Amino acid sequence: MSTALRREPRWVRWVAPLIVGLLALGSWEWAVRAYEVPPYILPGPVLIGQTLLRDWGTLSTSLWVTLQITFAALAVAATLGLALAVLFAQSRAIEISLFPYAVILQVTPIVAIAPLIIIWADDVRLALLICAWIVAFFPILSNTTVGLNSADANLQDLFRLYGATRWQVLTRLRLPSAMPFFLAGLRISGGLALIGAIVAEFVAGTGGRASGLAYRILEAGYQLQIPRMFAALVLVSATGIAIFGALSWLSYLLLRRWHESAGAGESG
Amino acid sequence: MHGLQAPPLLTLRGVSKRFPTGTLAVEGVDLSLARGDFLALLGPSGCGKSTLLRMIAGLIEPTAGEISFPADREARRSIGFVFQEPTLMPWATALRNVALPLELSGMRRRQAEERAAAMLQRVGLAGFERAYPRALSGGMKMRVSIARALVTNPRLLLMDEPFAALDEITRFRLNNDLLALWQAERFTVVFVTHSVFESVFLAERIVVMAPRPGRIVAELRIPPEDRALPEFRTSATYAAHCREVSHALERAMAEG
Repeated sequence: MSTALRREPRWVRWVAPLIVGLLALGSWEWAVRAYEVPPYILPGPVLIGQTLLRDWGTLSTSLWVTLQITFAALAVAATLGLALAVLFAQSRAIEISLFPYAVILQVTPIVAIAPLIIIWADDVRLALLICAWIVAFFPILSNTTVGLNSADANLQDLFRLYGATRWQVLTRLRLPSAMPFFLAGLRISGGLALIGAIVAEFVAGTGGRASGLAYRILEAGYQLQIPRMFAALVLVSATGIAIFGALSWLSYLLLRRWHESAGAGESG
Repeated sequence: MHGLQAPPLLTLRGVSKRFPTGTLAVEGVDLSLARGDFLALLGPSGCGKSTLLRMIAGLIEPTAGEISFPADREARRSIGFVFQEPTLMPWATALRNVALPLELSGMRRRQAEERAAAMLQRVGLAGFERAYPRALSGGMKMRVSIARALVTNPRLLLMDEPFAALDEITRFRLNNDLLALWQAERFTVVFVTHSVFESVFLAERIVVMAPRPGRIVAELRIPPEDRALPEFRTSATYAAHCREVSHALERAMAEG
């Protein structure tokens, strides 16, 4: 099936976007210098890079805080999403009764309820974690629910024929069938957890030592330190890309032996 | 030929199935199967042969009639089933797929895998234990599926058009190998097919079914001495049997 696709050499797929990126950054730097744009309006990429290095101490501490919240939220979202999906799969009645509330949780704008959560939760970091979790939780739940219900009908008959218990059907048939769906959900939720953590911190606006990247962006904005704002923004984007990359890699590792979605490169 | 005194392994009396949609898929089927029989259910699409097979397996309940296992009550729980598709777990190796029925019945993993490996060898797949289904050809996947159905030494093997999706050459080879396996081990088989040639080559008893509603209209026997002929498949005797079965099928269609 890959014969129909025109295959370019592997390095082209890396080098081509890289050239585009460098050209864009180069033009940006050139424009900023040529038109003498002041750094508090638009800093050039070189200045942003320098700021990133100079402020690395503060920024990396904040990055660490944001990462902790993101990963804690993702872990809770994955665990609870999976557990709830398994519960839904046990009984249609439970699924029908609870699923609408999961949807309500999903469609309520996090910016709107974040202030409430921040008031209710004692600890700001706990509040941020809850906000990030709310955003990250739904794709895992809905994907895994679909996955658990997508087990091959004939295989289900086969398990019945051999008198398999509910537990055996769950662990040996439905969970493995749901695996690709769960991992696809996890990949979406990784990015969402980061966005949730950032948005919630914007709303909370808490300062101090234990503040994350969002607060650094706010703070830099108040102080008109625009290069620093950009530097924090670069870190946020890079983190998002890294999370997506890491989860894609995890998904590839777990599925490459058997699932079509991870088949590319197998023959190489 | 199996002795009148021995009770049949499987008996169907007046078995009917009406689906909730109102369709009468199977009507009034009477059938008896002796231990060691190789019986083909032959008929066009929609004649209820797969439905009948699923009722024998206990996967669906008949709306009327009775399915019993007079010789051995345990036989109901000792059934191997081969589907039209290989129906393997894509996340498991060939070995793990074949070991599944044993493990579901509580056998220890190591013992189950030993027996599964031996079974894979019997279907000609030694050396493919660690292969995932994705890496196997259609014919090999079907062999894994047959190995999985046979690994429990079932009293009854049910096969639902297992080779229909394969190419001619692969189907020939699998027919040969299945027949050789049956001749060596004499398990009891009900084999659903819509191929006259396949049914004559494989089965001792050919039960012809007609559609709307699905019912049995004829039964033919292929004498063992004919089946024992060398080069049976290219012999004039084989061609004559095929003609006979084809006529029975045509009459069945005309009646329906």
